[in-house]
Formats: sequence, structure tokens, C-alpha cells
Amino acid sequence: MKNLLSISDLDRADLEGILDLAASFAEVQSRDIPKVPALRGKTVVLAFFEDSTRTRTSFDLAARRLSADVVNFSVASSATRKGESLRDTVETISAMGVDAIVVRHGSSGAPHRIARWTDAAVVNAGDGWHQHPTQALLDCFTICNKLGGLDGRKVAICGDIQHSRVARSNVEAFTKLGAEVVLIGPRTMLPPSLDGWPVKVEPDLDAVLPDIDVAYFLRIQQERLSEGLFPSIREYRVRYGLTTERAARLRPDALVMHPGPMNRGVEIDPEVAADPRAVVLEQVAAGVPVRMAVLYGLVGPGRFDPQDTEPQRQGVA
Amino acid sequence: MTTIAIRGGRVVDQLGERAVDVVVDDVTGTIVAMAETVEADATIDAEGCLILPGFVDLHVHLRQPGNEAAETIETGTRAAALGGYTAVVAMPNTTPCMDSAGVVEEVLAHGKVALCEVKPSAAITVGRMGEALAPMGELVDLGVRMFTDDGTGVQDAQLMRRALEYAGSLVVDDGTPIVLSQHCEVTALSQGGVMNEGAWSSRLGLGGQPAEAEELMVARDIALSRLTGVRVHLQHLSTAGSVALVRAAKAEGHPVTAEATPHHFTLTDAECASYDPVFKVHPPLRTAADVAAVKEGLVDGTIDAIATDHAPHTLDSKEQPFDEAPPGMLGLESAFALANTELDCTIPQLVNLLSTAPARIAGLSDRHGGPIEVGRAANLAVVDTEHRWTVDRNALASLSTNTPFHGREVRGKVRHTVLSGEPVVVDGRATR
Repeated sequence: MKNLLSISDLDRADLEGILDLAASFAEVQSRDIPKVPALRGKTVVLAFFEDSTRTRTSFDLAARRLSADVVNFSVASSATRKGESLRDTVETISAMGVDAIVVRHGSSGAPHRIARWTDAAVVNAGDGWHQHPTQALLDCFTICNKLGGLDGRKVAICGDIQHSRVARSNVEAFTKLGAEVVLIGPRTMLPPSLDGWPVKVEPDLDAVLPDIDVAYFLRIQQERLSEGLFPSIREYRVRYGLTTERAARLRPDALVMHPGPMNRGVEIDPEVAADPRAVVLEQVAAGVPVRMAVLYGLVGPGRFDPQDTEPQRQGVA
Repeated sequence: MTTIAIRGGRVVDQLGERAVDVVVDDVTGTIVAMAETVEADATIDAEGCLILPGFVDLHVHLRQPGNEAAETIETGTRAAALGGYTAVVAMPNTTPCMDSAGVVEEVLAHGKVALCEVKPSAAITVGRMGEALAPMGELVDLGVRMFTDDGTGVQDAQLMRRALEYAGSLVVDDGTPIVLSQHCEVTALSQGGVMNEGAWSSRLGLGGQPAEAEELMVARDIALSRLTGVRVHLQHLSTAGSVALVRAAKAEGHPVTAEATPHHFTLTDAECASYDPVFKVHPPLRTAADVAAVKEGLVDGTIDAIATDHAPHTLDSKEQPFDEAPPGMLGLESAFALANTELDCTIPQLVNLLSTAPARIAGLSDRHGGPIEVGRAANLAVVDTEHRWTVDRNALASLSTNTPFHGREVRGKVRHTVLSGEPVVVDGRATR
């Protein structure tokens, strides 16, 4: 595996391999010196064409804890603003001799294009509405830690599915790991076609609440209001928000998840965000070991073989 | 006077098929004889080939003036000649826009020395902004017969009605028809869409344009043609619904004509899965069912003409993410081969789709579109319908390389093209 572009490129064994590796890196995190020399001498470029402090920081830490050299290529200093083509930009970065390029881009498919123009490993850190595979991996990691696995679990993803790379990645990752996924949201925020999606659609959030193991709420963006996708923030909260009343109807052992940053009082009430069932910070914490596993798998010694994770574990120790 | 005999081929046009040599004169630009025994100063071999009326493309972007890095009138018409075209209608979305006499005159001047006849179209509205009518009368006097805001449709139904009525009342000296050509897309519905809306756009996370964004304007313009009695030409039909609407309108006798592109009868939106903007085009590539409907419409005569919508773009502009890259793809040099390979129709039908019907729509029937007869203008395409070849983006005459057919094996090759008696393409090579 040269790149991590989409969860579509991974099968169950691949996902489990990365999660196993992430578990061993999570153990590294608990040490006094949470750093291993695994990627010493390797260079990781964080090419964020769209700003994201959280994801960039998480990748930055992950690469540093593997002892890689990290270079930030931020959009403000990038040449694409000067009319250079994306290919020129990528070939320029590539020519400096880098091992991995972590790409965040506002355009769906940009990492796929970039991967054709460089020999470096490309990690998709979120592209448009398309994919955010490391988010899906860290969400799976969190669920596995809390619930022991995804097999047979029921996950509801609620909100703006159409404009969500998190939803697209998670639908695939959750179902590949054995979960049932139900999508909830107004039709204006569902993809125009769900042909081939292994999901059910449920118009009524309240109908599924008592029944689910994981309630995953997506961030609602203000611009969707101006596009006329829903009438008001207030009405959105009433229909699709995880209010305290709704949270009371969730099972005691259910998980409440959110990719962040949360709009408290919109898709999730502040009291619910503070509920012990909400694992939002655990999700953030899982980001570092999961991204360590991905970077290690792609550019580490011997690279990542999902069929055989033992050598990597030895390499870590 | 130099006479050139095209020997050994079979002539196919609206009069039928016959084995006969065609002798053309490059000074008068006409066909001077059709017989085996006539002497000529030079000979072009057409053994095993068909001699057809030169093709006419209703929809070409030559990019001059304004974007000469992507294409020029010279390179675009060379590509056209290699594709068997003897006339192309140049779209007006140049920079500046062809909405005034000065720009149209510039295009006409370059067209005079080009490798095929360049018939300029002009914008319906000033700057293609959809707000005020362009000086149509003045442009008609310069020879413009097609008006279009191509690249965008005229959104305002009232303005479109006025444009039809105004154009319909213009008097043309030579009696050739004026036609308004519509890019059918209701932008309020297609806004933000960079590909066809459906299963693929949903999966790829790309904004979609629903088929209905096209069909609404097709339906509206059919209604406006009924209201005004003025002919509307519908550009690049891409959906099954559009084809059905045009079929019904023709059955009811409304004065509408339509075109379809080779890419819309060959490629589907599944191509977008590569995120390669070479597959980005407006209207977008649609589903397999739409492709089948467009083919059927071409074969049964619902769609009058094949038009390429040849839209060159520089490599740089296509080496961007899918949603940021400009829409459009090359078409001139592969159109005949794709039609010959993909459409289940006879050679006379192909001649009608590629030459006779578009010549009539463009007002060029006096010298293009056949029939091939003594005394007619010598605009001819000599083709080998069995020749197999592979499209190679690096072997095209166009300045740009954005063909979506790179690497595709096709059947049918243009061997020679004769423009007003001058062999501008001989054995697959441009002579100038």
C-alpha cells in the first residue's frame, strides 16, 4: 500500500491491521518519553490547502513521535495562490525529497490527483466532501476501545451527510468492520443517490435512539442555512439535535460521538457534550496513535502489511 | 488552373452511393467532373475509401481571440480538417466575447486563411451576461447566422422570447436561416455541480448537476419556439429526458433542431471516478441509460446533428482539482471515428448527421453538406471506414491535449480532406 486516499481502498483486514498497530502506538503514548525512532530520517510534509488546526496538529504530533522531520506547507505561503497548477506545486514539494505528503484540500479527489504526480506516500487528511480516512480510523479505534468492536453494533450518523467527508469515510469503515449504519438527516442533506451504500435511512431520529450503540452527530455548517438546506438553527436542533431529552432516551452504555468542532446547542446540547457517554475527547486522543500507525505503515521500515503486523510491533519496541 | 482527381473511391451522399472519380478544381473551388475517364493535373488515391461531403461542426471553441495558449483559429481548423471537417461554427465565448462587429470581423479575417471555413456565431446577449440583446442585426449583416450564449443558457425566459422574436424578424439578403442555439442549463438548479448528479457524484463527494437542470430549459425553449414560431437549436443534448422532449416536440411539429456530442454518446459519469478533469464537461457526462438514449436519438433522427463542442484547455488549467478545472474536452479529430464505431447507423445516416443536417442548420447548404455534384463547391472528406487506430493525445493537431479518448481504439479514419478544391489533408496529414 503506497497511499491512504480512501477507506474504499481498504478491506477489513487492512483496517484491523492499522487499528492493531495503533493500539501498540497508544501504548507508546503512555510512556514517560512518548517517542520512538521508527521514522528517523524520514520527512513528512503537511500540505494543508485548507486550514485545519486540529487535524494538522494531530498529524504533526504523530510524525514527531515517530521521529520524522515535519515540514508545514500552508496555503498562505503556497504557490497555488499565484496561479501555479496543483501539479506544479506537488512536483516542487516532491523534488525536495520527501517521504510522505499529508494532504488536506477543499476539493474532493485532490489527494488522488496528487498521488499520480509524486513518488512520496500520500495521506488524505480530508478532501472536500469525499473522504477523511484517518478520522474514520480514529473513530473505529475509539469505538473498539469502548465497545470491544463494531461487529453487530448499530451506529446512527445524524446530520449533513451530503457535505461530510467524515460520513462518507465512516459509513465504509463502520460497515466493513461489521456494524449496521443508519443515516438520519433531512433529505436536503442526504446524498442525491445512496445506490450502493450499505446503509438504511431513517427520517426520524427519535425512532432509532433507544436502539443504537453509537450516536454519531455531524457538525452543521452555517453556510448550509444560507443555501436553504434547512429553515433555521432552532428548527434543526429540534429535529436533528442531540438534546438532553433525547440523550435520556439513549441506552446507558451507548456512545455519543462528534468529529469536532462541536456547535454546542445546535447538533449537540452542552449538557450532552459533558455526559460520560460522550467520547469526543477520546476521539481526539485516538487521532495521534492512529495517524502514527498510518504514517508508519506507509513509510516505515518494510512498510505496512496488513496480513502481518508482528514485524512492525517489533520495530516499534 | 489545377485539377485534382480523387480516384478509386465510392461517393456517398444524399443522392446515394456510386463508384465514381471526382475531379475538383482548386481555382474555382468546385467539382468539375465526375467520371473515370477525365484527365487531371494531379491524383489523390481513394482506393477502398468513401468520398463524403465535408463535415460541418455546429459547435467548436477556437479560443481566438483571448486564449491562444489553448487553441488558435489556425490550430483548431487544422484539427478540424484532420477530422474531415470543411466548416465549423465558432462559438462566441472568446475574450473579448463575440458580441460585436469588431470581434466577429477579427474571427472572419483569421478564418479566411484557415484550414476549413470558419462561420462565426455570436452571443445572444451582450457579454453573454443574459441581460441585454447583442446587436443581432449588425452581426447578421456580417454573415452571422447562429446566435448563442454557449457556456451558459439564457436564463431569463422573457429575454429569450424577445431574442427569438427579434431574430425571427430579421431580413437576410441571401435567404439563409438565422438560428438561436441554446446551451440548456437552468443554473439555479445546476449551481455548484461539476458532474452529473447521481450515484457517482454522491459517492465521489462532488457537486452534481441533475438531468432536470438541462431538461427544464429544453422544455422551456420548446415552449418558446411554440409561442414565437421561431426555430430553436438545442445544443449538446445529454439526457434521456431531453431526447424524449425533443422527440415529442418534433412529433408535434415545433421548429426545433438538436445536436449531440461524441462524448455524450460514448462516455458515462463513471469516468469521473478518476477525478481527472479531462472528463469534466458541461453538460456533464451522464449515465449509461442517457448514453443509450442519445445514441437512439441520433439514429432515429430525433437529434439532427453530431457536434463536437471541441473545447481546448491548456494542460495547466486541467492539472487542478476536478472542481477547480474548467469544463470541456477536445473532439474534432476523433468525432468521425467515434460515430463510425459507436453508432448503429448507415453511412448515409452518418453523412446526414455529420454534414448535411448541420450544414442546413448553420446556413451553409449552398457549399457544404452535399450533394457531391458537378458545379458544387468541392468540400469533401475521404474516409476509410475500416481503418483501426488508437487515439493519442500527443499526436493531435490541436494545441491542447484534453481528449478524454486517449488510448481508445476506434474504427474509421479521415484520409483526405478537400476544402474548396484544395487538398488540405492528404493521407492523414495536413498540407499546411
